[in-house]
Amino acid sequence: MATDSVTSSARTEMLRRIRAAMGGVSEAAAARRRWDGITREYRSAGLLGREAVLKLLEDRLVDYDARVVRVGPAGVAREVAERLRERAVRRMVVPGGLEVGWLPGSVEGVEFVVDTGLPVSELNEFDGVMTGATVAIAETGTVVLQNVAGEGRRAATLVPDYHLCVVRAEDVVETVPEAMARLQETAAVATTFVSGPSATADIEMTRIKGVHGPRFLDVILIV
Amino acid sequence: MSGVGLDPRTAPTFPMAAKAMLGDTQLRKNVRHATDVIQAKRARVVAEMPDWQQLREAGKQIREHTMAHLDFYLEEFETNCTRAGGVVHWARDAEEARQIIVGLVKASGSDEVIKIKSMTTEEIQLNTALEAAGIHPFETDLAELIIQLGEDRPSHIVVPALHKNRQQIREIFQRKMNLPELGEKPEDLADAARMFLREKFLRVKTGVSGANFLIAETGGVCVVESEGNGRMCLTLPETLITVAGIDKVLPRFQDLEVMLQLLPRSATGERMNPYNSIWTGVKDGDGPRVFHVVLMDNARTEILADGEARQTLNCIRCAACQNACPVYRQTGGHAYGSVYAGPIGAILTPQLQEMKHAQSLPYASSLCGACYEVCPVKINIPEVLIHLRNKVVQQNTAGVAGFFDVEAGAMKAMAMIFRSERRFRAAQRLGRVVEGPLVRRDGKGDGWIGWLPGLLGGWTQVRDLQEMPKETFRDWWERRGSNGN
Repeated sequence: MATDSVTSSARTEMLRRIRAAMGGVSEAAAARRRWDGITREYRSAGLLGREAVLKLLEDRLVDYDARVVRVGPAGVAREVAERLRERAVRRMVVPGGLEVGWLPGSVEGVEFVVDTGLPVSELNEFDGVMTGATVAIAETGTVVLQNVAGEGRRAATLVPDYHLCVVRAEDVVETVPEAMARLQETAAVATTFVSGPSATADIEMTRIKGVHGPRFLDVILIV
Repeated sequence: MSGVGLDPRTAPTFPMAAKAMLGDTQLRKNVRHATDVIQAKRARVVAEMPDWQQLREAGKQIREHTMAHLDFYLEEFETNCTRAGGVVHWARDAEEARQIIVGLVKASGSDEVIKIKSMTTEEIQLNTALEAAGIHPFETDLAELIIQLGEDRPSHIVVPALHKNRQQIREIFQRKMNLPELGEKPEDLADAARMFLREKFLRVKTGVSGANFLIAETGGVCVVESEGNGRMCLTLPETLITVAGIDKVLPRFQDLEVMLQLLPRSATGERMNPYNSIWTGVKDGDGPRVFHVVLMDNARTEILADGEARQTLNCIRCAACQNACPVYRQTGGHAYGSVYAGPIGAILTPQLQEMKHAQSLPYASSLCGACYEVCPVKINIPEVLIHLRNKVVQQNTAGVAGFFDVEAGAMKAMAMIFRSERRFRAAQRLGRVVEGPLVRRDGKGDGWIGWLPGLLGGWTQVRDLQEMPKETFRDWWERRGSNGN
């Protein structure tokens, strides 16, 4: 491609300009050492107790138009069935590896289809998607999804209009730094932070729910 | 207003453009409303954070550190992104970036692209270049869609259509989407955008995005957004082309813990915006199969070379400074003649033009410091504004030109007068005599000067000058005598 030679001489030139501007080549060891020296006096670990953290997550999710319910481990499937009935959802897509115990044995008129890399046009035909979450951040009302078993690829949680997300209490942290520490190991896996349903404030700065992503988000919190 | 992009090389000077904008009462009302709402939201969620100042300090240090080791982090990003299956390109300027992107779109076999809102693509006027090459770009962010369909220009970094109200947006959508029955509730308008764009998301095979952050440690890219249009563009196409300024790099994944707290609260007044996407290269069965990143300089290395202005590059494009700026709040964004408006635009735009154009922008400020106070990475914008004013003067008075420059001459004369008490007093006495014919009395008997000749006229163009006092403080002090009466 014609751009290859352009980009290679551009690369050389840009790096030369940067080094000229900063007075030399920067060494890896110096960069690492100075990065360690950055002052980080902000809160890292949260201060709240367990129950207060869960309450905060609920409040913050609700504040941005998600719905939250708490259930015990044995009640998940029943709660899922209840949510789907309430939302009048018929066809649900689920990622491979989703906890089998979370799925209701049979709900009148509801069909669960495992996402085996369905074409996008087919994803578009589903009413909703159900997933787990890697971690949830109480302070910001965020659930974090990754391309792992039970959460699946990004398109599946995007195209359908309804997202039902099941979060385990032990995966809830209070602060953003706590969440990033948990994600560090899998930092290269495709990751999506979801904080409430799709929204926009582009018209007169009024936050309104629902543009292109799922317009409805329910969270089931297993305690 | 036309579809022609904002180009600092041809834009009128700020005072001229601002004067025109100040006459548009609807625009001023819309801008005032939007910036009031967003500032109130920001203040509320910032107040929730007991460690906001510590986060700002960390944000500043991370950005300064990145710039100090930019060559290292860019190469690290390139290595890791390439290892993960991405293709990294380097572009010295806007023209090279446009060529690379147009070439990549053509190679993807598509004559349409779906686009995420990106200030960098606005900066390089990518859409014009794509259209010239027969490629149709669809803007998918609601505000950018409003701008594109309305053949308008962005006026704000985060909310580009903030100068339009719901009635104006409805009119554009009715006309361009052929929806005569469309309501004017924001929900109706968002629904219309959803319907209009869904088919394009499902069909178009190539996406173009900007980036909020490039993560050197992992080779990953982070994009923050609200509507889900970003996720659509990042996930559904077969080919994704991301263009980013070289200033967008972050050393490590962990640094996001600072930026993802600072950015949403500063930009939209949310604790977290609805969606953040982080992806690294390509992955079978999830997202595009082909992924390109274009790293663009476009005068950023010039800024890096200027030690006093370097902090301009620390900007994370939250636009909090625009919302807080008393000048921006009056004029709106178009007066700045650049896609980067407001205080950050006033320092960034002329520097991106290597100080050859947009020379009036560093003066588009009262230096009140509101921008510095809200900046999440503590860019001292007033300091940079003064530095750039100095640069403009030095540049325009360099060499022989400076010798004949009236303003430079006047400044030298002023300096000479101010250095000597005797000369200063003589000048005051002279002033009182000379001003006589220009002074007009108001109802209370106070004297005002409404017009001054020549260069001095710049002052009286927009304000009256009070006449000089009959007695100066020094005269009064001396008259009191040593006993204090």
